[in-house]
Amino acid sequence: MRVALFITCLADQFFAEAGVAAVRLLRHLGCTVSFPKGQTCCGQPAYNAGYWAEARQMAGYTLKVLEESEYVVLPSGSCTTMLRAFYPELFREQARLFAKAEALAQRTFELAEFIVKVLGITQLGRGLEGKRVAYHHGCHALRELGVRQEPLTLLRNAGAEIADWPAAEECCGFGGLFSVKLPEVSLSMADQKLKTLPAVDFLTSADGGCMLHLAGRAQNRGLALPVRPLASVLWEAVG
Amino acid sequence: MRGEANRYPQEAARLLREAPQVRESVTGATLSFDGKRRQAYAEVEAEAWRRWAEGVKNHALVNLDRYLLQAEENLRKNGVEVHWAEDAEEARRILAGLARKAGVRRVVKAKTMVAEELGINPMLEGMGIEVLETDLGEYIIQLLSQPPSHIVGPAIHLNLEQIRALFHERFQTPEDAPPEHLAAVARRLLRDGFLKADMGISGGNFVVAETGTLALMENEGNIRLSTSLPRLHVALVGIEKVLPRWSDLAVFLSLTARAATGQRLGTFVSLIQGPRREEEPEGPEEVHVIFVDNGRSSLLADPEAWETLRCVRCAACLNACPVYRQTGGHPYGYVYSGPIGSVLSPGLLGLGETKPLPYASSLCGACFQACPVRIPIPKLLLTWRHRAVEEGLVPRAEAAAVKGYAWAATRPWAYRLASRLLRLLPERALESPALPLIRAWTEGRAGLRPSPRSFQEMWEAGEV
Repeated sequence: MRVALFITCLADQFFAEAGVAAVRLLRHLGCTVSFPKGQTCCGQPAYNAGYWAEARQMAGYTLKVLEESEYVVLPSGSCTTMLRAFYPELFREQARLFAKAEALAQRTFELAEFIVKVLGITQLGRGLEGKRVAYHHGCHALRELGVRQEPLTLLRNAGAEIADWPAAEECCGFGGLFSVKLPEVSLSMADQKLKTLPAVDFLTSADGGCMLHLAGRAQNRGLALPVRPLASVLWEAVG
Repeated sequence: MRGEANRYPQEAARLLREAPQVRESVTGATLSFDGKRRQAYAEVEAEAWRRWAEGVKNHALVNLDRYLLQAEENLRKNGVEVHWAEDAEEARRILAGLARKAGVRRVVKAKTMVAEELGINPMLEGMGIEVLETDLGEYIIQLLSQPPSHIVGPAIHLNLEQIRALFHERFQTPEDAPPEHLAAVARRLLRDGFLKADMGISGGNFVVAETGTLALMENEGNIRLSTSLPRLHVALVGIEKVLPRWSDLAVFLSLTARAATGQRLGTFVSLIQGPRREEEPEGPEEVHVIFVDNGRSSLLADPEAWETLRCVRCAACLNACPVYRQTGGHPYGYVYSGPIGSVLSPGLLGLGETKPLPYASSLCGACFQACPVRIPIPKLLLTWRHRAVEEGLVPRAEAAAVKGYAWAATRPWAYRLASRLLRLLPERALESPALPLIRAWTEGRAGLRPSPRSFQEMWEAGEV
């Protein structure tokens, strides 16, 4: 299977190792991985801030970059949502681009979702034996795309114990621009979310923004909480 | 009521700083409501109910002119007097006229958000009329001269200690009185109020056009008493509250109760079909319904935001919202708070008076999943943000930054250059508080550290 990796700007800049892990994992699972040239940002920050003209520019650009791909895989839940749910929304009144966006939406997946739903693989290895893990569900993947069980299945089947965390599905307070527009509320949300976190070996998530926010908050408050991108953890799961 | 929503960011920050107990009270109560809501949804085919309710509300809204006239006709047949108020001032004038004509001296109020919206209490008090809120939560905040903090639980921001202290000070109850004792004291005071009142004022959950029925749901019995004991009953009803058929009502009563409090039905449901009839021993001599527009018909005409009007005021979105949970409703600066307030207030007051509200959300989507009538709140929040951009209501630096970002993100060489510059910055540059946005991040979070090399760089070097 031929897979194009869309790294996303945040992972490109802040979680480069997650990108490397994603490529190795996909190759290990039998995929041919390409990295379409010229990719930048999907435009989600502009879209969420209400700058739809600018978001359209970036979306149109990304549509072109990903035009040739068979499947597109992202190590990010919220950027996957941008491509899959919000690109068609942006081009609702431009028939040609709308058709392209719809076609892209059909072949775009978040990494764990792709492995389970498209490759049909639920067992990566036993590399997470004995690890106690907290999983943070990014809101977009969870509520817009309905990706809930896929990452958990892969982690569990690799031997990890998913810690029972009452707030696992609750927003961490990142919210993109929200985190700096309303920092006090955003931090308060992180604190509330971290308050119920049980003792774990590490926290993992498919969303870089949430991880920067939660890890940054935990560090600032002197909490020892290792935070690791899902792609890296899944590569480790292979063993 | 005038909105003070433009101070949301400052007020939210101040409240978190100065009154941290509010977060605890609101969190406890909303998580409990939300949990009960989930259970109550799980008992039925909630998805089918929600889609059906969405459809009925859409149909009612699209044909609102027809159903309102039908409702008026059938209410009149039932002996109810119907009035139309285009705005808050007209609603107050109609109500003042009714109170004056009947020589009203004391009013009891059942919990009604639209009365808050219209500024009814200050108007009545200005006329020398005594106003008593009879919902326990409303009564408590009336004693404190505070606006409601939640659509269903107006005193949600207060904890037991604060209410104990208030009752101790006002009614000399023991300092450690159990909640039941406090409720008993309030009940005694309120009973007296019901018996003395000349007019009861309520809102309306639904008005059935087909039968001219006003439906009210509650748990305390105060609405039943407010609408049946005084000689006058006036209901203030938003024009969007009309339902076409009698048969619609059963599902809406149950769905709204499930969404609001996780109950299958409110403890009391009052279906009012006019004043006391000759053969009846009790009930008001006159029943009036004032249909209130106050911005609703222009919101209905808004092709992108009209769906907001499906709202049944159940507050399920407030209970599900982690942003609301941090502060409760007061910082939102208007009677409707939380996710629905953040889209309804701009719709009713205009964006100029409510600029920060569409941003008071992380767009997590929990509100949409909770909403019994499937109002696409996240999408509406984005629509209002988009309008803020179009109307130039955003900071100029922000607009320039986004434009610059979009420019660079559509030119691979510029993106690459930015990526390289990011790594040439001095080690701790992204922890420096010199730039406002960086400061907003680093005040409270550890600084940002880019990966030593970008993924693109590694790929191009053939290392992946």
